[in-house]
Amino acid sequence: MITILLIFFPLLAALLLLLIKGEQVKNIALGAAIIEFVISIFAVMQFQHTADVQFQMNCNWINSLGISFHVGMDGISLLLVLLTTFLVPIIIFSSFKNNYKNPALFYSLILAMQMALIGVFVSLDGFLFYVFWELALIPIYFICLLWGGENRAKITFKFFVYTLSGSLLMLLGLIYLYQNTTAVDAEHLHTFNIDALYKAGRGLDAAHQGYVFIALFMAFAIKMPIFPFHTWQPDTYTTAPTPGTMMLSGIMLKMGTYGLIRWLLPVVPLGVEQWGHLAILLSVIGIIYASCIAIAQHDFKRLIAYSSIAHVGLISAGILALNVQGLQGAMVQMISHGVNVVGLFFIVDIIQQRTSKRDLESLGGIRNVNPQFAVLFLIILLGSVALPLTNGFIGEFLLLNGLYQYSAWFAAFAGLSVILGAVYMLRAYQKIMLGHTNDVTSSFAPLSGNEKTILVILCAAIIVFGIYPKPLLDISEPAAAKLAELIKLK
Amino acid sequence: MINLVWLVPLLPLIGFVIIGLFGKQLSKGLVGFIGCGSVLGAFIIAAGIFFQLTGQAEKSITVELFPWISAGKLSVPFSFLVDPLSSLFLLIVTGVGFLIHVYSVGYMHDDEGFARFFAYLNLFIFFMLLLVLGSNYLIMFVGWEGVGLCSYLLIGFWFKNTAYNNAAKKAFVMNRIGDLGFLLGIILIFVTFGSIGYHDVFMMAKNFSSGNPVLTSITLLLFVGAIGKSAQIPLFTWLPDAMAGPTPVSALIHAATMVTAGIYMIARSNILFTLSPITMEVVAIVGVCTALFAATIGLAQNDIKKVLAYSTVSQLGYMFLALGVGAYTGAVFHVMTHAFFKALLFLGAGSVIHAMSGEQDIRKMGGLKKYIPVTHLTFLIGTLAIVGFPGFSGFFSKDEILANAFEHNKLLWFLGVLGAAMTTFYMFRLYFLTFKGSFRGTSDQEHHLHESPKSMTVPLMILAVLSIVGGFIGIPEVLGGKHFLEEFLKPVFEDSTLRLIHHLPEQTELILMGVAITVMAAAIYYAYKTYIVNQTLPAAEEEELTPLHQLVYKKYWIDELYDNAITQPLNFISHGLHKVVDNQLIDGIVNGVGTVVNWTSSKIRLLQTGNIGFYVFVMVISIVIILFTRMM
Amino acid sequence: MRGGWRGNKMSAIQTIPINWYLLLSTVLFTIGVLGVLFRRNAIIIFMSIELMLNAVNLLLVAFSSYLSDSKGQVFVFFIMAVAAAEVAVGLAILMMVYRNTKSSDINMLNKLKW
Repeated sequence: MITILLIFFPLLAALLLLLIKGEQVKNIALGAAIIEFVISIFAVMQFQHTADVQFQMNCNWINSLGISFHVGMDGISLLLVLLTTFLVPIIIFSSFKNNYKNPALFYSLILAMQMALIGVFVSLDGFLFYVFWELALIPIYFICLLWGGENRAKITFKFFVYTLSGSLLMLLGLIYLYQNTTAVDAEHLHTFNIDALYKAGRGLDAAHQGYVFIALFMAFAIKMPIFPFHTWQPDTYTTAPTPGTMMLSGIMLKMGTYGLIRWLLPVVPLGVEQWGHLAILLSVIGIIYASCIAIAQHDFKRLIAYSSIAHVGLISAGILALNVQGLQGAMVQMISHGVNVVGLFFIVDIIQQRTSKRDLESLGGIRNVNPQFAVLFLIILLGSVALPLTNGFIGEFLLLNGLYQYSAWFAAFAGLSVILGAVYMLRAYQKIMLGHTNDVTSSFAPLSGNEKTILVILCAAIIVFGIYPKPLLDISEPAAAKLAELIKLK
Repeated sequence: MINLVWLVPLLPLIGFVIIGLFGKQLSKGLVGFIGCGSVLGAFIIAAGIFFQLTGQAEKSITVELFPWISAGKLSVPFSFLVDPLSSLFLLIVTGVGFLIHVYSVGYMHDDEGFARFFAYLNLFIFFMLLLVLGSNYLIMFVGWEGVGLCSYLLIGFWFKNTAYNNAAKKAFVMNRIGDLGFLLGIILIFVTFGSIGYHDVFMMAKNFSSGNPVLTSITLLLFVGAIGKSAQIPLFTWLPDAMAGPTPVSALIHAATMVTAGIYMIARSNILFTLSPITMEVVAIVGVCTALFAATIGLAQNDIKKVLAYSTVSQLGYMFLALGVGAYTGAVFHVMTHAFFKALLFLGAGSVIHAMSGEQDIRKMGGLKKYIPVTHLTFLIGTLAIVGFPGFSGFFSKDEILANAFEHNKLLWFLGVLGAAMTTFYMFRLYFLTFKGSFRGTSDQEHHLHESPKSMTVPLMILAVLSIVGGFIGIPEVLGGKHFLEEFLKPVFEDSTLRLIHHLPEQTELILMGVAITVMAAAIYYAYKTYIVNQTLPAAEEEELTPLHQLVYKKYWIDELYDNAITQPLNFISHGLHKVVDNQLIDGIVNGVGTVVNWTSSKIRLLQTGNIGFYVFVMVISIVIILFTRMM
Repeated sequence: MRGGWRGNKMSAIQTIPINWYLLLSTVLFTIGVLGVLFRRNAIIIFMSIELMLNAVNLLLVAFSSYLSDSKGQVFVFFIMAVAAAEVAVGLAILMMVYRNTKSSDINMLNKLKW
């Protein structure tokens, strides 16, 4: 029941918003997002720390095709739902000062997207998963298209077509699996039920599992994105309005990693065995590649976009290492990355609002005029470069640990991101915050109450979960352990 | 007392939080009080722990605070280990840390970032205490990176200066290179032993045979970490640059405590290293090379802090030499005495700089003896200690290292003595040029010369006393003393010393001592002759230097080499990847697909003539073809 | 009694063998196709289409009768109804085209391209 509530409450709120006019829209949107967060907290409190899928709900949808509206959450899903419900209010709140035109539509789209994202994370039916997966694309497409920056039509179009073509491959893979499911009864020859799809995938021979792997992996790789399917990402992140970028990088990207965990690894273990090595190789190349490119960036937003590619590469490599450490690391890192990257993009937004610049070369010395901002920025940055006692470290350590068990060399190369991350992040910090002020930055206004609240919440999350990550780890541990077992049983 | 150990790091952390959050509202006096008080409190508890530990039979106590990270069979608690080694380091860190805090109250008094400075210092002490207290490698790593962060913040303390910021960034990045090695080492330890707690790891390691390749890999990776943090070849160039920070920072972080973390780490993992003879050789060789290399650079530097910085690098090299030859106690002993006299020297240098209104170039000093007598006397004591003048602390610790080196390999000993001679020369060069002779600065500066306030001189005096007596806890038995330190640290190094038996004939030991003293005396005399009798002055900036002198003065162009060999190619690659590979190649392919589709469509659409007759004709023909093919 | 698989009474339609119906219908249909293909006057094309439709109708009725299955004849009614509607709409369109172009030549109607 609570799962249904989690899915449809944002949709309801989104529809409601469209009926309202005026300034109240923002507050109502925020209120709805906070209520949603409270609901998810409620779910966390009721959650039993076992590997079982809980809060299940299964009703017929398109009966003749074996499609049902089957949702539920285990620890992995719950963590990602929690991430979504935690970030959306922050994203909405952070956009208050931007005064977007037609706010009702804007916030309604964000809430609609939240609904689709949660749907992706809780679906237990292949068809339903696909529907939510595609549904998530539509609001963000309009957000980017209607409120984006320069050149948005072209860039958004590319983003849309690119991710859509990935999704089509996924649909192909899902239908192929569907065709291989065994009959439930005389009337239902096939079903999209997740367990049936697992069984179908595992029943295939190695070659066919390989094909399914490629089809599904492409979809997830484009979404995350993994090198070399990433070229839509920097442009889109840079052009999208900042709340859109936050939705994209903070939450939507996790659809890809979640897809890997839920809809790829357990489905075709032999396919993973065949192609996993290549996939990890691409991920690791992506880590170094994106880190190197980030060093050469002048636009801070674009720099964060590339750093995000590096981070997500590590997550995907850790997942594909197929052990508990890697999976747990991926879970923690997904949460941490969500929090940190939203924080960083918010900082970009603050700077851009005040100076209308994102170019590193034209900024500098902000620390002189706004030390408070400098401290909060530094904390988020440290989380992003994975300093111990920040949330980023927990994930990175576990991921590298998991990857090391797969291959020491991969871990060593992936670990280079530790160094390169420090290089580009500190460079950016120095260029923006340190040194002397100039014309652009000398009148940098102090943080408003709202901005301070958001940054403090994010920084608190970064430090608290860096020091005491146990609550997060405990939620997903049984599910991750079960999954690792499941994958090993070829 | 021992169950209160969690208070030791917590007190500085509380200090940091209070000063960090409310620093602006608090008065400077209160900030100084909180900053120093929290460290003093930690010191008192640490002393209590130390004495309790000496008094009881149980020498290794683990205090578990809360579970931290767990995933599968990996389980890392947040817990502390109290044993002789960590309690000794606790004392050094909190003790020297407290004195430097007190000194900073005077030194930083007029700085607008006073509160910020104390916040950072307290945070540093917190992380340093985590580093030495952790009961597993990951907690050590937390402290390890944490002190790196504080080092970054404090080197770039005057953040308006781009050069300082660059130095800070360089320190952080170079440290991170080492940290990656350390991190991989930790992971390999986990993969090998299934645990990263010291206790479990060392227990299991004993069953490994000597020279096991896994242990060798682990220790080499750990050593990479030590190289970064303790500024050894090839990752040493950040330390001299780190002198950009305020002088108390150089004393605390870049001389007394943080840079010795690498020694602590190896001493802590002594059993792993003892079982990896190859790594031991590498450690010894890197150590002695660094000791010599840095000493030669130190010969020609003119910045008072730079000389001390290279001397620190060089002394750290000695400590690694000691570790490499298996003299763990000697290394720890030297860490301790070095903490005293190098902190003293840096603080003394700070006092000189304070008196000289910020001037750091020794060519513009001279004759300061009569203006700042306390600083002069304490600086002289520090100098005597570092060169190993008999009776001073450095004598005993350095002697122990050299004796052990001799036993291991005569060449190492010879190089060590050579380095010691150079150390003696450049330290006395520094002392003579600064304090003796006549004043060479501007008259403005001369007018302004004054002794530092009490808050600065008292720590100097305490450190001076420690620099003298600090060696007495480790008097070698040939001189009729008793090596208390060795006794105290025995539980930690027990398993290693069983495998590395030391015994040098008494006579040889005495001869070695004599040689060292003679060489030192000769070096002092040579320095005296050059700078007092002949009144030679180091060449001014614009003067032509002989090639060899130039080479040393320019620090062998190592910085330039790294810049050309690493930084610039990296930038070049980055730009290349961005502009060519990413934008042209990969995105080109993606856009190319789009272009192909567009082009094909533009051709195919021409079939759409608009002529209905044509459409019908095509339709009929197609139907006929389909019918025919079906019939076939 | 011949014909009528299920022993029904032979109807008038069945007095002619089925092959003749097939032949006639094919001829009619081909004429219609050729008319559509080669004539340019819209009205004539229209009539050719009707011819094709009716060729099909004829065949449907014939088979319906031979198979004693009334579904075919029902279909014919549907086709006739649709054809009537089609004529109504089609002629209206033609009228409009004629008013605009002063011609009923379909080659004038080639604007719907590229």
